[in-house]
Amino acid sequence: MGYEFLDHTGDAMFRARGGTLEEAIRSAALAVASLIWDGTPAGEREPRQVLVEGRSIEQLVVRALDEIVYLVETEGFLLSDVEGIRLGGTDGRLSLEAVFVGERITDRHGLRGGVKAVTYNQLMIERDDGVTIQVVVDV
Amino acid sequence: MDLKRISDNIWEIPKSGAMRVPARFYASHKLLEAARGDLSLEQAKNVASLEGIVRMAYVMPDAHQGYGFPIGGVAAFDAATGIISPGGVGYDINCGVRLLRTEHKVEDIRPRIKELLAEIFKEVPAGVGKGGVTKLSLSVLKDILVRGAEWAVDNGYGTRDDLLATEEGGRMSEAEAGPVSKRALERGIPQLGTLGAGNHFLEIQRVDEIFDVPSARAFGLEEKGQVAVMIHCGSRGLGHQVASDYIELMEDKLGTAGLPDRELIHAPLRSALGQQYYQAMCAAVNYAFANRQMIAHWVRDVFQKVLGSSHGMRQVYDVCHNVAKVEEHVVGGVSRRLCVHRKGATRSFGPGRPEIPAAYRPFGQPVIIPGSMGTASYVLAGTAEAEELSFSSTAHGAGRLMSRNEALRRFRGEQVRDDLARRGIELKSVSWRGVAEEASAAYKDVEEVVRVSHEVGLGRLVARLLPVGVMKG
Repeated sequence: MGYEFLDHTGDAMFRARGGTLEEAIRSAALAVASLIWDGTPAGEREPRQVLVEGRSIEQLVVRALDEIVYLVETEGFLLSDVEGIRLGGTDGRLSLEAVFVGERITDRHGLRGGVKAVTYNQLMIERDDGVTIQVVVDV
Repeated sequence: MDLKRISDNIWEIPKSGAMRVPARFYASHKLLEAARGDLSLEQAKNVASLEGIVRMAYVMPDAHQGYGFPIGGVAAFDAATGIISPGGVGYDINCGVRLLRTEHKVEDIRPRIKELLAEIFKEVPAGVGKGGVTKLSLSVLKDILVRGAEWAVDNGYGTRDDLLATEEGGRMSEAEAGPVSKRALERGIPQLGTLGAGNHFLEIQRVDEIFDVPSARAFGLEEKGQVAVMIHCGSRGLGHQVASDYIELMEDKLGTAGLPDRELIHAPLRSALGQQYYQAMCAAVNYAFANRQMIAHWVRDVFQKVLGSSHGMRQVYDVCHNVAKVEEHVVGGVSRRLCVHRKGATRSFGPGRPEIPAAYRPFGQPVIIPGSMGTASYVLAGTAEAEELSFSSTAHGAGRLMSRNEALRRFRGEQVRDDLARRGIELKSVSWRGVAEEASAAYKDVEEVVRVSHEVGLGRLVARLLPVGVMKG
C-alpha cells in the first residue's frame, strides 16, 4: 500500500508496496506519476488501455512504468490511477494489461518534473507478507 | 577500499579481484570524501573489470553514483577488439552545453533581464510534456538524426559558423536512423527544440573573471561584464529511449550473468548489436545537437527583439557530456583507435588536435562546465597532458551531493528564488519543486571541481561566468 522515496544522490529511488504483485505495481505507477505532477485533478479523466510484454516480472514492471513516461511525452497524458491490472502469459513470455486513467496536460495542472527513464538499476521485487518493488528512476 | 594517494589530487585503486586495470580518481580530499558517500568508486572498480579496457578506468572530480558506470566516468576500449556500453554513455545521450558570447555589457542590459527571460520562456518550450513548436514528420526526424545541427542550419536555425564551433561539426557521421526504435522516434517527434526539465537550464551570464587572457580572447570572451548565454540540455526522450532499448536488447542477447551490475551490459563494438547501438547513439547525439542549435537560434531572436541587436552573438562552443566516440589516442607510445566513453565528462583535447576549430587549435578546445543553479560556470581549455591523464577528458559540472528527496525536505523553490533575487539573479521556472531539487546547496562546489581539474592538468582555467538570469525547465 503506497510508496516511499528513499535518498539517492543522482536520481529518484522508491519502494512501492502492495498486498499482491498487482497492487505493488499500481503503487509503483503512482510513485512514478508523483514525480511528474501533483495529482490534483484539473481536467477530464480519460482511460488508456495498456499492454506490455516481457521475459520476466522485472521487465514487465520496467516496461509498464516506462509507459507512463511515454504517454506524457507523446500525448501529454498525466497518470492519475491504474485500474484492472492483469498479469498473464507463461514463463519467458509474460504480459501485463491495465487501464491507465489520467488527464491531458493543461496550464492548470501542477507539474513537477520530468522522468528520463525507468531503470533496471537496483531494481528489486521482494515478497514477504506482501510485495515490495524497488525502482530507481532517472530524472 | 584500498585507495592509494598518488599526489594531492590523484588517487588510485590498485588492480585487485576482477579488475583488469587500476582505477584512478582525480579529486581533492574534500571531493574524495564526498564521492565515498556513494557507490561511485565501487562502480569505477566494476568498470575497470570490463574486457578490453585500456590503461585505466578514470573518475573525474565531480563524480557521483550512476548506473553501471559512475557519472564522471571515462573509460576507453580498443575500437577493433573492445566493447561499447550504453551504461557508459548514460540515458541522456549528448546531454551537453552550448555557450554563446554577446557584445552586450551586463550594466546595459540588467534592467532588461526580466523581459529577456520572459521572452525566452515564450520562445523555448520547457518543462514536462511541453511539445516543441515544430511539427515534424517521421521522414524529417530521420533526416535530423542523420544530419544533426546541419539540418537545423539548412532550415534557417543559425549559421555555418555555429557548426564549426560544435563538437563533430554538429553531426556524427556514423549516425543511422534505422537502428532507432519506433518508440524512440515517437518520443523524439514532439520534443525537438525543447529544453526539458530536471537539471536542464538556460542562463544569461556575465563574464566575472578571466584567468587566461589569450585563450579567453580566442574563444570570444574579452572582458569582465560581457554577457553570454549558456544552454544546457540533451537528446530528450529520444535519447533516453535509445539507451533503454539497447540496454534491454543487449541483456536479451548477451545475458547479465557475471556482471557485477546489470547496467554494465555491453557488446563488442564491432558486433552487429554493438554497431546498431553506436549508430543509434550517434543519431541521438545529432538530435541533441539540432535541439541546442534551434534553441540558440531562438535566443538570438529574443536578443534581437528585446535589445535590438543580436550582433556578435557568436557561438563559443558546444560540448557533449554523455557520449562514446572513436578517437585516436597515444597509448604506450603507440597511436590507437579507441572507443572513449565519457559519461558526465567533457572532452578536453589539447592544442593542435585536428578535431578542434582552427581558431582555437593553438589554445586547446573550449571546455564548458556549468555550475549548479545560481552558481558560477567555467570555461576551461583542453590540455596536452589530459591525453595521458584521462584520454583528454575533464569534469562536466558540479556533481550532485544531496538526493533530490533531501533537497525537497530542506529547500522550497520560492525561497531559492528569493535568495537568488537578493544576489541579483532573476529566476524563471516551470516548477518550484524542480527549483528546490536543483538548489545549489544540493550540489558539490563547482569551484573545487574546476580547481582540481586545473591543478591536475585535465583542463586549464580560462574564464568564470556568473548567472544574471536563469530559466529552468
